[in-house]
Amino acid sequence: MNWFKYASPASFYPLAGKLIPYFAAITVVLLAIGLWISFFVAPTDFQQGEGYRIIFVHVPASWMSMFIYCVMAFWSALGLIFNTRLSGMMTQALAPTGALFAFLSLVTGSLWGKPMWGTWWVWDARLTSQLILFFLYLGYLALTSAIDDSRRRDKAGAILSLVGVVNVPIIYFSVIWWNTLHQGASVSMTKAPTMAHTMLMGMLIMALAFWGYTIAMGLKRVRCIILEREMSSEWIKKNAVE
Amino acid sequence: MQWNSFSDFIHMGGYGLYVWGSFGICALAMIIEPLILQSRNQKIRRQVKRQGGQP
Amino acid sequence: MNLFTTVFIMVRRDLILALRHKSELLTALFFFVIVVNLLPLGVGPDPKLLSKIAPGVLWIGALLATLLGLPRLFAHDYQDGSLEQLSLSPHSFTLIVLGKIMAHWLVAGLPVVLITPFLGIQFNLSGPIIAVMMATLLLGTPVLSLIGSIGAALTLGVRGGGVLLSLLILPLYIPVLIFGAGAAEAYRSGLDMSGYFWLLAALDILALFFAPWVSAVALKVALE
Repeated sequence: MNWFKYASPASFYPLAGKLIPYFAAITVVLLAIGLWISFFVAPTDFQQGEGYRIIFVHVPASWMSMFIYCVMAFWSALGLIFNTRLSGMMTQALAPTGALFAFLSLVTGSLWGKPMWGTWWVWDARLTSQLILFFLYLGYLALTSAIDDSRRRDKAGAILSLVGVVNVPIIYFSVIWWNTLHQGASVSMTKAPTMAHTMLMGMLIMALAFWGYTIAMGLKRVRCIILEREMSSEWIKKNAVE
Repeated sequence: MQWNSFSDFIHMGGYGLYVWGSFGICALAMIIEPLILQSRNQKIRRQVKRQGGQP
Repeated sequence: MNLFTTVFIMVRRDLILALRHKSELLTALFFFVIVVNLLPLGVGPDPKLLSKIAPGVLWIGALLATLLGLPRLFAHDYQDGSLEQLSLSPHSFTLIVLGKIMAHWLVAGLPVVLITPFLGIQFNLSGPIIAVMMATLLLGTPVLSLIGSIGAALTLGVRGGGVLLSLLILPLYIPVLIFGAGAAEAYRSGLDMSGYFWLLAALDILALFFAPWVSAVALKVALE
């Protein structure tokens, strides 16, 4: 199979359209199973009671926000190396969903923190670095929406996301360092509940559901971007709008 | 099954606000985002049609 | 030696240009001084509290002062077309960019380091802590200029460039802020602070190798 064939927007557009329903279906099924496990199969935690059930959306959202940032960096590298137009579009299609998951992770983390630690926000290493990841997403979105020329937008965005992905481990390390230095000031944390087998299962299934959701949204958005950019090209006039 | 009644389920052992708040905001986000994309898609399709991009 | 002359010529050129606009030259410095001096007015004049928060305040002031000059780093040369000329010159564009970054540091970073003792006295800092602060600022501010140049290159000629630049760059400044302000904190608590200096030095080296190159690539994209 020739993968480069699908690197052109004209041939990727219909393929994406065909794939979206499958991923949407996978998402709905996995969400149903995941929610069922979250509320009916997973047992009550002996330390945190029912409050820990937030974990089933919080952890998958955090995972996805980090994972999407890496995928964006992957597309960016591909775009800079092979100079394919689709890569930049894919990066921009994924960014809003990634930012959304980073935001959801922060909100659910805060909703989890309030009953468990007695405060909406703790300057803990993980929360802080998640916040910074959210800022990095905002920076990417701000930059790409401020540049009008699409070629420059793709390349500048690609450079920024690669710079970001190189910096993320350094930032994470420095935040952990900072956290241990200021240990006295931070609230003592309750350990995450020990993982029961079903809980891990639930988290994994929810994470897969979010993954399917991300792909479906990414493809949907990339189709919009392709249409917006190539509005005047021949292939769209011929067959994109049915 | 750890819920004796529906109100028990809603109450979530005292954590109802937080648990349902978390799941609720995720559900809300995952409903709104597709809707936004759908309207963006329709807008651009109308524009393509107006440009004479008839099939 | 050719490599060094390219950088040197560029540094000299930019410094001469900067000296022509003396008001611009001092803006970053005054900004730093004023921001840092506003703080006691906000939190009160308690000397204990002030000396506790001084390292963080000085560092945040330094971050903002560096940011202030960044939009101008390439803007003048971009507008009058000389940046394009430079990008086409036979000399390595990366080194030219490095020269411009060094000039920016000499104008924006170095004065901040030199004024720190006076601000330190205002904040009731002891001599050794002032020395630690100056050392970390001396090591850290070049990283700020280097990383900042990437943001300046990416936002060159983009509408809303200045604000956008801060949004892109400030999150990337976090490690420098943490290690820089952390060293003074560690000194005060009697901990070993050599780790902070090594980490800052490592950031210096990393940024020195990658930032000019990435900025040069980003500038070429902007010039296309």
